[in-house]
Amino acid sequence: MSLQELLTIFISAVFIYNVILSRFLGLCSFIAISKETKPALAMSSAVMFVIVMSSAITWFVYRFLLVPFNLTYLRTISFILVIAAFVQLVEMIIRKVSPYLYRAFGIYLPLITVNCAVLGVAVLNIDMFFLKNKAVAASFYYSVFQGLCVGLGYTLAMLLMSGIRERLELCNVPKAFKDFPLAFVIAAILSLSFMGFSGFKS
Amino acid sequence: MGLIKEFTKGLIRENPTFVLVLGLCPTLAVSVSVTNGIGMGIAATFVLIGSSLIVSLVRDFIPDKIRIPCYIVIIATFVTIAELCMKAFSPALDRALGIYVPLIVVNCIVLGRAEAYACKNNLARSFLDGLGMGVGFTLALVLISAIREFLGAGQILGHTLIKGFEPIFVFGMPSGALLVIGLLLGLFNFLKDRKA
Repeated sequence: MSLQELLTIFISAVFIYNVILSRFLGLCSFIAISKETKPALAMSSAVMFVIVMSSAITWFVYRFLLVPFNLTYLRTISFILVIAAFVQLVEMIIRKVSPYLYRAFGIYLPLITVNCAVLGVAVLNIDMFFLKNKAVAASFYYSVFQGLCVGLGYTLAMLLMSGIRERLELCNVPKAFKDFPLAFVIAAILSLSFMGFSGFKS
Repeated sequence: MGLIKEFTKGLIRENPTFVLVLGLCPTLAVSVSVTNGIGMGIAATFVLIGSSLIVSLVRDFIPDKIRIPCYIVIIATFVTIAELCMKAFSPALDRALGIYVPLIVVNCIVLGRAEAYACKNNLARSFLDGLGMGVGFTLALVLISAIREFLGAGQILGHTLIKGFEPIFVFGMPSGALLVIGLLLGLFNFLKDRKA
């Protein structure tokens, strides 16, 4: 594990291959919840938390259950089950421990189960940090760190988008382009500007 | 409603991509070329039909509280079948679609149809609904990927259409996908308003 590699993961996950704007993961929630900054921020922090935790959990499931028993073809089923169970657990814990946080996260948490970003990162970690079903050195740390960076990228895109859309609420746009179509066009322009970051790639 | 209508409603009137605006992640990511679009469409249609059938069969046995996890397991089973078949019969397509094949599990269309339709209707209706939604999804994918492939690479299904046409590179990139779907959605809204 070296600082250089961590930096590479950070830059590629946040900027070059931004989870929303270039990989299109979690697009549904991105379009649906980015109308205002506050809910967007709540959603992003919930997503970030779940992505980091599920990156860790799925790594353990893959390394110690699926690989030793030669069950790697059950990857999709086991990952989605683990993620769904984890989200349910978090929801129950938050409801008991902090009613305030529950109200802030509340409706977004169940939605995260079917957020493609979470499963996407889990699958991506396995594709990147397991070579022929063998974990590369420090792959656990890389997986968790990549989860964190993807969460940051998600938050960044969410904040940018919700800021822009809050302003556009006051503008007079053609009726046919209200809401979804306009959101996609804005996302296209954002994604175009993020393409500039691909110059970082060596 | 007649049985034929169960099938045809998914094509245009309730098209999953353009009217319901569901399941966009794979739509945008794989629509670089028409071949990818068709492959993704077939895989998603298979999963939709399979999961609709099973959900409709077991809908009376599943307790209401845990229905979503049950649906997800059923869907994930069919996705795994599709994934393994694709790996075996068409490795090139599998490489092109990459992580977006396992991600059919979290495609909102599949879960949405199980939750909104298959758990309330009988076998034949659920089958036709799944088939219609799948075909509608495939049509939308083909439309988007045809536009992107033509503008971004100057080709459709690998055949050059116009000699000397300079491809617009950006349509092959992620931002091109977002732009195409934004403009298409706007166009459909416009046409709908004019009709009304």
